[in-house]
Amino acid sequence: MFKSKIKEVILCFKAGRVTAPFPLGPEPNPPQDGYRGKIAVDVEKCIGCGGCANVCPPRSIKITDTDHTRILEYFLSRCTYCGRCAEVCPEGAVTMTREYQLATNDLNDLYIRSEIYMGTCGRCGRCFKPKTILDRMMVTGFQPGDLS
Amino acid sequence: MFKKLLDKAFLKSLWVYHANTGACNGCDIEVINVLTPYYDAERFGIKLVGSPRHADVLLVSGPVTRQVAPALRRLYEAVPSPKLVFAIGSCPSGGGLWFDSYATLGGLNKVIPVDFYIPGCPPRPEAILYGVAVALGLASKKVAPIISSQVHPEKILQKIEQGEMTHVQK
Ligand code: SF4
Ligand code: SF4
Ligand code: SF4
Repeated sequence: MFKSKIKEVILCFKAGRVTAPFPLGPEPNPPQDGYRGKIAVDVEKCIGCGGCANVCPPRSIKITDTDHTRILEYFLSRCTYCGRCAEVCPEGAVTMTREYQLATNDLNDLYIRSEIYMGTCGRCGRCFKPKTILDRMMVTGFQPGDLS
Repeated sequence: MFKKLLDKAFLKSLWVYHANTGACNGCDIEVINVLTPYYDAERFGIKLVGSPRHADVLLVSGPVTRQVAPALRRLYEAVPSPKLVFAIGSCPSGGGLWFDSYATLGGLNKVIPVDFYIPGCPPRPEAILYGVAVALGLASKKVAPIISSQVHPEKILQKIEQGEMTHVQK
C-alpha cells in the first residue's frame, strides 16, 4: 500500500503544473472557429424580415412597428447561443462572435436594439418587407458604392 | 469604510454553495469544472461548502421551477449576510428557454435579489471565473447595451442633398 502511495506522488509530480493563470493571465483555451458567443447585429444589412425572431427558441427577439421604423430588440439575457438567428438571416446581418465574457451586474447590458427603416403600406400604414432587394433599394435608396 | 472592510473580507476567501433550481446539469458541470485543478478556483480561496449556513456566495443555476422556489427563498435566508448571489447560465439570468413556462418563475431575480449574472448556455468555465473576477473587482465588465439605427427619412434626404445617394422613392 505504501508503495502505491509513492507511485501516486511520483505520477502527480510528473504532470507538472497544469493550472492555467486565468483570469489574471491569458486564457488557456481561446474559442475556436465556429464558436457561438454573443450575437452581433449589423443594422445596415438587416432588412427587417423578422426571420430571426421567428426561429429564436426562447423568443428573445422582439419586433415592434412604429410608423416607418421596425424596432428589433434582442434581450440576450435569455439567449441560448444556439445560432439559429445567424443561420436563417438572409442578409447575414446576425453573426455569432467569439465574445463569451458577458458577466454583468445589470441585465440591461445584454440588450441590443436596432431600428430598421421599412416601407409602409399606403392603405393601412403598417411596415412591410419590400418584395425584392431592388424594391428595398427603391425605398431606402442605394449608395453607388453598394453595386461595385 | 464598512464597504472597504467588506471588500477586504470577501477577497480573503469566498465559500460558495451551489444550488440547482431545475438546471439541465450543463451549468452544474461547468461550475464543477471551475473547481478542477485546471482552472483551480481554490487558489482564490473559493471553496465549495455543503451547507448554506457556511457560505458567502450562492451560485444558482436553473430557471427556478415552481416547486423549488420556496426552498430557494429559505436557502437565501439561511446564508449569513453579507452574501452574494451569482446567476450561472441563461436560465437564471433571464429564464432561458423556459422564461414564460407555467412550471418556472422565469429567472432568478423574480425570487431573490441577484448580484451578478453570468449568461451562457452553459457559460464556459473561463466565463464563470471571469464573472468571479468582475465581482471581486479584479476585472471590469465588457458588455454594454448596443443601440443602432438605419438611415431615417431625414437622413436619406440629407444624403441626397449631399449627392451621396442617387435614388429614393417615398
Ligand atoms: S442565438 Fe438562438 S437564442 Fe440567441 S438570439 Fe439567436 S436564435 Fe435566439
Ligand atoms: S437580422 Fe436578418 S433575419 Fe433578423 S430581421 Fe434582420 S434580415 Fe431578417
Ligand atoms: S443555461 Fe443552458 S446549460 Fe445552463 S441549465 Fe439552462 S439550459 Fe442548461
